[in-house]
Amino acid sequence: MNQRSSNLLDEALGLDQTIEPWPLRGRAVVIEDRVETSGSFVLHHLLKRSLSPNSSNVSIFIAFAQPFSHYDRILRKLGCNLVLQRDNSRFFFFDMLMLQCPGGHEGITPEGGLIALYGKIHKTILALPEVSRKNVSIIIDDLSLMEVAVNGSSDYVLDFLHYCRTLTSEFDCSLITLNHEDIYSSADRPTFLLQMEYLADILIKAEPLATGLATDVHGQLTVLSKSMNYGQESSRNNTSNFHFKVKENIVECFYPGSRG
Amino acid sequence: MAESICRLLRDGALEGEHAPALTIKDSIASPFGFHVFAHVLSQLSSFILAGKSQSRGLVVVCFSRSPSFYLELLKNKGIDVVSSDKRIQTLDCYSDPLGWKSRLTETGNFMACSHETSISRTTNVFKDVKHMDKLYNSIVELGKGLVGGGKIRFSVAIDSVDEMLRHASMSSVSGLLSKLRSHDQVSSIFWLLHSDLHEAKVTAVLEYLSSMVAGLEPLHQPANGQRGDMENFSLIEHNLKKGKFHVRFKRRNGRVRVMVQFSLQLSEKERIDKANVVLPFEHQGNGKPIQIYDGRRSLADSKHERPVGATETVQTSEDSGRGEIIYYRDSDDEMPDSDEDPDDDLDI
Repeated sequence: MNQRSSNLLDEALGLDQTIEPWPLRGRAVVIEDRVETSGSFVLHHLLKRSLSPNSSNVSIFIAFAQPFSHYDRILRKLGCNLVLQRDNSRFFFFDMLMLQCPGGHEGITPEGGLIALYGKIHKTILALPEVSRKNVSIIIDDLSLMEVAVNGSSDYVLDFLHYCRTLTSEFDCSLITLNHEDIYSSADRPTFLLQMEYLADILIKAEPLATGLATDVHGQLTVLSKSMNYGQESSRNNTSNFHFKVKENIVECFYPGSRG
Repeated sequence: MAESICRLLRDGALEGEHAPALTIKDSIASPFGFHVFAHVLSQLSSFILAGKSQSRGLVVVCFSRSPSFYLELLKNKGIDVVSSDKRIQTLDCYSDPLGWKSRLTETGNFMACSHETSISRTTNVFKDVKHMDKLYNSIVELGKGLVGGGKIRFSVAIDSVDEMLRHASMSSVSGLLSKLRSHDQVSSIFWLLHSDLHEAKVTAVLEYLSSMVAGLEPLHQPANGQRGDMENFSLIEHNLKKGKFHVRFKRRNGRVRVMVQFSLQLSEKERIDKANVVLPFEHQGNGKPIQIYDGRRSLADSKHERPVGATETVQTSEDSGRGEIIYYRDSDDEMPDSDEDPDDDLDI
């Protein structure tokens, strides 16, 4: 059951088969969640998959939300040792909790702070062995806090994400971000949210059930995967939808009505 | 309808008139705009390389995707940009649009990799997307570099007006587009816009600048108040596979022609069924005479005359000299049910 439950999300993302080369390479994955249904578990799951012993993938984690100890504790429950991965240069943790970009502070502007961060990511990738450079995942947790760190400028955040996007073209990196949908959806025109949805090659939405709260089901995941073959006969977008339940050491995913 | 658009871009501008301009607009509910852009790009490219278009070159202004993406896209369509004589150039506003890499290099915090330092014959990097004047000059310079001076024209494709609008004001962006349209060496221009990223007036301004507007809309509108509903998911899933494609043409005589097509993609069965439809004037008949009323004579008169036939199979030596309707397609590019209006060039 556990093997099957994790495979629904893996299946939707193409992670159920081989993970070398990394199936998400060159793609931008945007996770959208809400207050009622946190999508952090998807982020953790993708981090765990990217650091699988069977792959040579490297993860660069940009943390605006939590300290290293938080992720270390969660990933240990999922069977992944982040300290070991960090020591083996497969996991790079950029602690951005203390990033402050007030205007004029020591000459560091909001834009300047993100420019420096981009430079640091680029430098980290270039320093990797050739074989690892093609299997890098850049993970950002999360975009709303990044926006706070740059004094609320969504334009700077979008500029930074664009430059991260260029890394997916140059190095075939995957870019994985978490965004809180309900922060932006209430606006008259949720431009930032839409910009992210346009940027995404794969959009994963964690939403509550229409029927409300339930003990056996915590929410539903919708995975929208855009075709990359523009103009080809085989060009098709793929969608999938299933329910999930977050447990202590694992997340169960199942189709609606399949739980007895 | 897509063929109509491509033909108009191919035919280009008339002397003394602005170049035809196409806005392709979509929204997140029906995100097929880039598919249409890619299709138009590849069609126009093949026309240019085959020498069948007014323009002799194409400048692709890349904001949302890398130049190498477009080279690969065209290559997959059988258009080898690199080996053909230089007819297509890309202006790279994607790799370093704000000059961040240059700034990091100046402070010693950036080292370009070999991928970035390799200079392509077909691309030029632009690092100042906030300045529309500089962008305009770069586009024109690139275009003239392709076709030379004089009266030879080039076309322009812009893959994201949204990115331009993020970096510059509406007035400066519309100014750039307007100047390109009125440049005497620009044959045609087209761009992609996500309408839901902007206020309605922004979309309206761009549509006013356009002689053609191709819009993509969902077949079914999901109800916003029902997020998380399975029925809503079905609608979203359906809308990601099919949509409504409508095109508005502004004719030179001031009239507007609107065309609507449902379903952007045909299934295999639909394609076969479509190919099996025999159209009027291509009818081979079944050997029997085909009676076609041509409107010049009364039906009573026509009854006493041999009916006109329209096919090779009914034509015999006895029939030579009698009225016939033989339909020849305009070009091999024209699909059997082409929607081209043969009277489109009338200027009444």
